[in-house]
Amino acid sequence: MALLETHNLTAFYGDFQALYGIDTTLEKGETIAIIGANGAGKSTFLKSIAGLIHGSADSVLLDGNPIGARPAAEIVKLGIALVPEGRRLFPSLTVEENLLIGGYGRKTSGPWTLDRVQALFPILKERRSSATPTLSGGQQQMVAIGRALMSNPCILLCDEISLGLAPIVIADIYAALPRIKAEGTSVVLVEQDVVQAMKVADRVYCFQEGRLSLTGRPRDLTRDQIHRAYFGT
Amino acid sequence: MDDSAAKPAQTFRIETAGGAPRIAASIAVLIVLVLALLPMVASRTLVQDFIFLFYMLALAQCWNLLAGYAGLISVGQQAFVGLGGYLLFALTLIGGLNPLLAILLAGVISALCALPTALIVFRLRGAYFAIGTWVVAEVYRLVFAQIKPLGGGTGTSLTSSVTSSVPGIEQVRALLDVRTPAARDIVSYWVALTLVVATLAAVYFILRSRRGLALGAIRDQEAAAAGLGVDIYRIKLAVYVATAAMTGMIGALIYLQKARISPDAAFSVLDWTAYVIFIVVIGGIGTMEGPVIGAVVFYLMQRYLADFGAWYLILLGTLGILIMLFAPRGLWGLILNWRDVTIFPIGDG
Amino acid sequence: MTGWIDAVIQGVLLGGLYALFAAGLSLMFGVMRLVNLAHGDLIVLAAFAILAVATKLGLDPFVAVLVATPILFVLGFALQHVLLNRTLGRDLLPPLLVTFGLSIIIQNGLLQTFSADSQRLRSGPIETASIPLGGGIAVGVVPLLTMLSAIAVIVLLNFIFYRTPVGRAFRATSDDLEVAQLMGVDHRRIFAVAMGLAFVVIGIAALYLGLRANFDPTIGPARLLYAFEAVIIGGLGSFWGTLAGGIVLGLAQTIGARIDPEWQILAGHLAFLAVLVVRPRGLFPRAQD
Ligand SMILES: Nc1ncnc2c1ncn2[C@@H]1O[C@H](COP(=O)(O)OP(=O)(O)OP(=O)(O)O)[C@@H](O)[C@H]1O
Ligand SMILES: [Mg+2]
Repeated sequence: MALLETHNLTAFYGDFQALYGIDTTLEKGETIAIIGANGAGKSTFLKSIAGLIHGSADSVLLDGNPIGARPAAEIVKLGIALVPEGRRLFPSLTVEENLLIGGYGRKTSGPWTLDRVQALFPILKERRSSATPTLSGGQQQMVAIGRALMSNPCILLCDEISLGLAPIVIADIYAALPRIKAEGTSVVLVEQDVVQAMKVADRVYCFQEGRLSLTGRPRDLTRDQIHRAYFGT
Repeated sequence: MDDSAAKPAQTFRIETAGGAPRIAASIAVLIVLVLALLPMVASRTLVQDFIFLFYMLALAQCWNLLAGYAGLISVGQQAFVGLGGYLLFALTLIGGLNPLLAILLAGVISALCALPTALIVFRLRGAYFAIGTWVVAEVYRLVFAQIKPLGGGTGTSLTSSVTSSVPGIEQVRALLDVRTPAARDIVSYWVALTLVVATLAAVYFILRSRRGLALGAIRDQEAAAAGLGVDIYRIKLAVYVATAAMTGMIGALIYLQKARISPDAAFSVLDWTAYVIFIVVIGGIGTMEGPVIGAVVFYLMQRYLADFGAWYLILLGTLGILIMLFAPRGLWGLILNWRDVTIFPIGDG
Repeated sequence: MTGWIDAVIQGVLLGGLYALFAAGLSLMFGVMRLVNLAHGDLIVLAAFAILAVATKLGLDPFVAVLVATPILFVLGFALQHVLLNRTLGRDLLPPLLVTFGLSIIIQNGLLQTFSADSQRLRSGPIETASIPLGGGIAVGVVPLLTMLSAIAVIVLLNFIFYRTPVGRAFRATSDDLEVAQLMGVDHRRIFAVAMGLAFVVIGIAALYLGLRANFDPTIGPARLLYAFEAVIIGGLGSFWGTLAGGIVLGLAQTIGARIDPEWQILAGHLAFLAVLVVRPRGLFPRAQD
């Protein structure tokens, strides 16, 4: 049985349907990447798993248990943490407080503590009392990832963590990924940067206008296949 | 998202022309005619009750235009009721003007006062605007309590020479063969009917104008409306001033009819705002039909339950809360769910 | 001259009372963006509750407040959980109108239960005790205690907000409701806790309201306006700003009263409007909105 499964997952914003019957699986320790053009529904997919958008209860299964109707505040306690698109740090909390609030709902102890997160991203220790708006984009992204880790997730959902960052900074951020996975964490990466996604993912799902258009292992997929699945031509 | 935010944001909708606007218009004219002739046969109490119903309805339409359409939630409209009332007293008692002319002038001066008032309270947004308007109403009350020629804190009465100088009283007395006080009521009744019809017509045409349609946009999504190039500030200002003028005139009429004024009564938040909000909410905010239904319901409750005093007010408060929570579109919304009808087709052409 | 100095001192101390009124309002707005039109009536309700507890159990009002504190917390928690959480959302109207309805219910409930008579909390000689400062000026012990309590409440609220996990959750929820939920924050509970806390502050405000002057069921709305004015004058989002706002308001009122007793309230309102014209974001703005 897979760690996380979505089954015929649909999502709506009012009358607008953003996802149509998405089936995915995520194994323990695996990293999957979700790619797709703007508006394809990638963020919506992550929000549905994280409990910010609700579908039917059995459209999302964690260890076989239906969690599709649980509120976000409960989902995180079950071990699923989301690094939201655009980082969305809390502006009135300092860097350290942003990390601490990440552990707010933590029930069990796990590998991640404030010290270990600060060891993963040393700059966060240096700037622990700063207001987050004063950080650079890369530093803010580190806070967002660290904040999610503080809940000791077994599944980390990352929404476009490379967005708007310089290549060298992206490399820094991605360098942390192996150390996160080393704790046994499974990762779902949403990426616009296909090359980056292909490098780190075990499997790739491509979305197009709310539907799954392609699935496979990176080395099995051709450029042309991906191009078509991405743009739908 | 939390559930409450995920709910489709409250469904205020501009009802556009349905199937039967022409028939509705004829019925409306007929109703007005019947109401105009009513005093010929009705008892004096009924005439007085209808005056009350008319001015509460007119006030409710004004508040509905402000809050339901322009998103300006004011709990300080008593400022303009009281201002209108005091202006009537000042203009007739001190200025020696004819009361009907004084009512018109009260509207104009209320609008003039509303402008600087708006420049201050518009600095407060959303919910803070609401309390800001309340503070302003208190300022008006405290200022009028200082004006000794108008009776200061205890207030004053209209002289009988003023109350009987309303044109038409003599004719009505002769024509209908009633005593002077009854004739006075009948003339007031007609003035009130005129005002309520004028208010309804004004609100109706404001909402049908291009600006009115822009109002719908403001209410639905302020940021989006701004994006469309709608000058929200000026439209809101215009609505605020226009409703102040209407409210001021209604206030003048109310106190012509009451013939006695005091700051506490004239600027009462309960009488001129809480009741009015109740009417709009119970009827259905953001529709023109809602306040009509609300006014009738309120009138009936006031007539049969007001004797219960505090309990009556507790009931009003509870009903208001329940409606807000469980039927935010009010009675008219419930009717619409059940039957698809529109009496005031606001919207296209 | 002594008269004026006295007015200034009394005004500053009166500001302590207004800061207590305002702290609860500020707390509610700071956490859940709730503008509570029943705030003043809740203060009056709490004053009657203290009165009832004090007379029934024969307690001193100061002790009665201590007894009432946990009860107040639970009441606030329940009010938010059962009623007010249902009104929160993008639309301004439901919370405003529901609290407005609540205001009318409380006023009339109190009228029905306690009649329209003026009441006063009695605490023996402390009520009239004063400390002479020389030169014919003296400060009352109760006004002084009011100010000290206001400062203590603000220090405590700042401690909770900036030094405790629940305070972090308050600020995070107010910053970004959705992401706060992603952190495992149950915003409905957090809001209820905030309201419980606000009720405790309301209880303290009610104690001094009742000790300093007479109260009756109808005086709530005016207290709401003072609280609101103090919050806006001080600038949204800062408890110390709220104290400053309270002091400005208190000063304006006592100085106005000194010129003409009938101008006391009017002077306060006018000071508020003047600040609004000159500094619409208040004297010490902090929050981003
Ligand atoms: N809050 C919302 N309300 C209405 N529609 C929305 C909302 N959020 C997203 N959508 C719509 O749902 C669709 C999917 O959006 P989503 O954000 O999931 O796309 P995405 O793949 O993450 O895009 P991007 O790469 O730009 O982040 C889009 O058409 C978008 O316009
Ligand atoms: Mg996205």
